[in-house]
Amino acid sequence: MSVPIDQLHAIAKELRKDILRMTTEAGSGHPSSSMSAVEVVTALYFGGFLNFDAKNPKDPNRDRFILSKGHAAPVLYAALAHKGLFPHEELMTLRKLGSRLEGHPNMLRLGGIEASTGSLGQGLSMGVGYALAARLAKNGSQTYVMTGDGELGQGQIWEAAASAGKYGLDNLTCIVDRNGFQQTGSSFDVLNMDPIDGKFASFGWSTQVINGNDQQEVLDALNRARSNKGRPNCIVSLTKKGYGMLNLMAKLKDENFHGKPMPAKYLDEAIAEVEAGVA
Amino acid sequence: MAGASSSVKSSRPLGKATRDAFGRALESLGESYGSLVVVDADVGNSTRTEWFGLKYPDRFFNVGIAESNQVGVAAGLAAAGHISLVSSFAAFIICNAYDQLRMSVAYPKLNVKVVGSHAGISIGEDGASQMGIEDVGLACSLPGFVVVVPADEASARAATAAMMAHQGPVYLRVGRPDVPKVYSDETIKFELGKANTLQEGTDLTIIANGLMVGPALDAAEALAAEGISVRVLDMHTVKPIDRDALKAAAEETGAIVVAEEHLAHGGLGSVVAMNVAEIKPVPIRYVNLGDQFGESGSPEALIEAYGLTAANVASAARAVLAAKKA
Repeated sequence: MSVPIDQLHAIAKELRKDILRMTTEAGSGHPSSSMSAVEVVTALYFGGFLNFDAKNPKDPNRDRFILSKGHAAPVLYAALAHKGLFPHEELMTLRKLGSRLEGHPNMLRLGGIEASTGSLGQGLSMGVGYALAARLAKNGSQTYVMTGDGELGQGQIWEAAASAGKYGLDNLTCIVDRNGFQQTGSSFDVLNMDPIDGKFASFGWSTQVINGNDQQEVLDALNRARSNKGRPNCIVSLTKKGYGMLNLMAKLKDENFHGKPMPAKYLDEAIAEVEAGVA
Repeated sequence: MAGASSSVKSSRPLGKATRDAFGRALESLGESYGSLVVVDADVGNSTRTEWFGLKYPDRFFNVGIAESNQVGVAAGLAAAGHISLVSSFAAFIICNAYDQLRMSVAYPKLNVKVVGSHAGISIGEDGASQMGIEDVGLACSLPGFVVVVPADEASARAATAAMMAHQGPVYLRVGRPDVPKVYSDETIKFELGKANTLQEGTDLTIIANGLMVGPALDAAEALAAEGISVRVLDMHTVKPIDRDALKAAAEETGAIVVAEEHLAHGGLGSVVAMNVAEIKPVPIRYVNLGDQFGESGSPEALIEAYGLTAANVASAARAVLAAKKA
């Protein structure tokens, strides 16, 4: 199951390039919100954690990944394309009429999507449902949910956190993509939810805080979560929004870059920065 | 108020509350539906899902007073292959968790059954905060939802079974007080989307559901004494509405009264009007709660005060007949 880290770094770069290209082609979308989450998604789908077979996406015993921050759909679509769920060129249909790749994930249109998300705050509750179902089925299925950090403002998240704690769902892992920004500005200013790990811990969760853009740290954290017994897992993944194109975002004087694609005239520069990697 | 009982008076023999009939039906269906799970928001002893929970504790999850999470957890269980049922007071499950019903249940068409108990003003003394009087309209606005309002205990049992047999989301509305019997278990016919014709008639049609079916029959009886021939339909399924029955009512009787324990906006009256206006416009009059909240009082006193009576249905019938003849 151990995949060479260089291979994961290479996949992460491919996902970032896909995210940039598909959102620029679409003329809308959330590339920066997607790019912060790349290392976690790479680890789950390609690092040996998610038992998911693209040839049998409805296998009842599969592991589930719920992207509760549904606006980061491009990172999920890119990963599913690289898993072979659909042809890679279909990524360029993002957000177009009739595409299976809607602006936010629609589980009715595409196998491999485990929850229709986009109205923030709802994915963790569905994850609790999946985890309870796995417990009833005794099939060992794991459920991973990724939320945003701004999304933690939704009260439903904490209802779900409390219920997961009640049932001691150690087959559930919530990864908070703490990229530090939400629509109108810094997540620390809009509604600071720190300490995020402390809040989850108080609901009976086992918690970790990691650098979520460090591939090895992500792998290590997911490994620890998998061996944890008796409590649900929270990984506070400290990331940078737009990770991989930070220099270009600085040049364009927008460190949030929320909900907008890279203009076509900067696309090559963004791709080149991704290729070069983060120093 | 969990254990207290109250009843609604009528000339018909009193039966159980529809919530009780639902609760027993759910408990007994637990055996044939092995994948059925229930998610409660700490009102199982009011909504009667606790009877299922006592029999099947492994398939019953009380997530606390948190309807949004309740619906989301049920959606996850349904997405994993279970039939999920959530129940709370109609006001709370529909109003508090509306976006979860919309986004986590209706949009992905998951097999979640939603049961709103303590619907309408007939819950009595607890007052307006607990009274779901907009639930039918809101449930009808969830794409793909089937919306059912049974009249009595036999129909609540039959509706519960039909809801389980249906693949996809359903909203079932049940009430708190004991209500008069309209049906017997021996004679009841219940098919989702198909109105029951309780009485044939030619001058007008009274279309009712839930608590108002009994008064509709009483009104028809009073009108018969005046020489007026009334058809009475139990329109237990509000969505999908029985358009054939509406067409027949409009074409064959030429006048309609709609009676329901719900706000005017969005309920059965709205759905009937929308469809009849398209099929064959005829005069319609309404007996409902209008555009106002309820208040505290005994169920009987509230029903009288808010005009959900046979006398009011009969008055509406006379008014619509006058309009038909005008």
